[in-house]
Amino acid sequence: MDRKTVLVELKNVVAPYTENKEMLDSITEDTDLIKDLKINSANIVDIIIDAESKYNIEIDFDSAEKMHKVGSCIDVIINKMNQPA
Amino acid sequence: MSSRRVVITGLGVVSPNGVGIPDFLHSIQNGVSGIEFIPQYEELRFNCQVGASPDFEWEQLRNYITETCLYGLKSKAIGYGIVAALDAWKDAGNDIVGAETHWETGCVFGSSVADTEMIKNAITRVDAKESKKLGSRVVEQIMNSGITAYISGRLGLGNRVISSSSACATGTQAIIMGYEYIKHGLAKRMVVGSSEYVDAYIFGAFDSMRVLSRNFNDQPHKASRPMSISAGGFVPGSGAGALVLEDLEFALARNATIYAELLGASHNSGGQRDGGTMTAPSSQGVVRCIREALEDANTSAQEIDLVSGHLTATSADKLEIQNWVEALGRKGADFPLVNSLKSMIGHCLSAAGSIETVAAVLQIKHQFVHPNINLEDPNPEIIDLISEANLPVKIVNRDINIVAKANFGFGDINACLIISKFNNHGQKDSIS
Repeated sequence: MDRKTVLVELKNVVAPYTENKEMLDSITEDTDLIKDLKINSANIVDIIIDAESKYNIEIDFDSAEKMHKVGSCIDVIINKMNQPA
Repeated sequence: MSSRRVVITGLGVVSPNGVGIPDFLHSIQNGVSGIEFIPQYEELRFNCQVGASPDFEWEQLRNYITETCLYGLKSKAIGYGIVAALDAWKDAGNDIVGAETHWETGCVFGSSVADTEMIKNAITRVDAKESKKLGSRVVEQIMNSGITAYISGRLGLGNRVISSSSACATGTQAIIMGYEYIKHGLAKRMVVGSSEYVDAYIFGAFDSMRVLSRNFNDQPHKASRPMSISAGGFVPGSGAGALVLEDLEFALARNATIYAELLGASHNSGGQRDGGTMTAPSSQGVVRCIREALEDANTSAQEIDLVSGHLTATSADKLEIQNWVEALGRKGADFPLVNSLKSMIGHCLSAAGSIETVAAVLQIKHQFVHPNINLEDPNPEIIDLISEANLPVKIVNRDINIVAKANFGFGDINACLIISKFNNHGQKDSIS
């Protein structure tokens, strides 16, 4: 799965957790979930749970800690999808 | 010690017979029952198969909280509490959304249990070894302070924020705590109330105590019969009530509309002595509580126009009336009018006190006494004490200046309010 597809799908995953819907439309790999999209830091865990379910992956603690920007979320998701279950 | 006058400037209600003040007012004036047959309770083989729940549209919460906050919110008790409290806040003439913290305003909101359906969800997930999937929104909804946290966060309340619990006295006690903080100058304004969501687990536990109404499952509107000889137990209900209490000068300075004055109050415990137990109040404690409330209000028993009782429709009704007779020193035709909202909405447990107090304030504001429905067969022993003429079965329109409102809870907890029509010329309570 290419990075652009994951980015588009991530918009839907993240949507319920941000009030900043306008910025959500124009996110790039450089968009920061907490600083730019104003997502409550406690809700990052909900995004991780939703991403795990959507991609049928498991995101460990070390990987989760990297998920600040959209680009790093895509890194983690693609990396986990490429790992044998 | 200087003592501040406390007035009521906002009301909100989520009641089984009306969500929002206009609907609720219409229902209590017309004796509309909110009690229904619950098929699930028949399937669960409960003795009591009727209950009372507000007709609550979950989606309306979009008008109260942000979309992200609503997403993942599941606790009904929190939903009810948010609507009641924020309605009261708006009713008092305030905007919900502001950037600043209101340091002068606090919140005391009560509940009897945290949402057991939410707790069940956590138990089920954890037992299935899926705790990882619970996410970030469970703790805030199963903590006892959940409702208060949502309300104070949305309104930006910066004074005392307290989550209280004292069984069926919870709502009244929460109001009294807010009153005391303002009276003693510790806060200028308090959002007070309580919220209850009775699910099958809570209902089942009461059902097992054999204290619920079981003879009217096929006639739900007749199932809650306070003070009647055929009263066979109470009907659990869900909902929330909220009030904005305010320092009189603070309210006048912002030109607030004043519903009524909270003249005085008391809450105590009988200590589970002298007839008081876990589940029954000591008469001595109740009488003391009512008399202390009158004293705090600087009001004589003779001035009481209406007693809004706890009166759940159990065998305790007669004892309660006896306690009122002793506390007020009035009996027979000289006794004030008495009503019990529970005849229409059942017993909303922790929310009973706040919903019933909203009803009491509305009766003062609109100068009426709501009917006791289902009182075709009043208990003769109660009539002997206070005469049938004091138990209205139809709306009574007359001057209502002072209402005594009490609720009593498991643990032998008593709470009594003395609420008065607001009169800015009366300075009787300005300094004590």
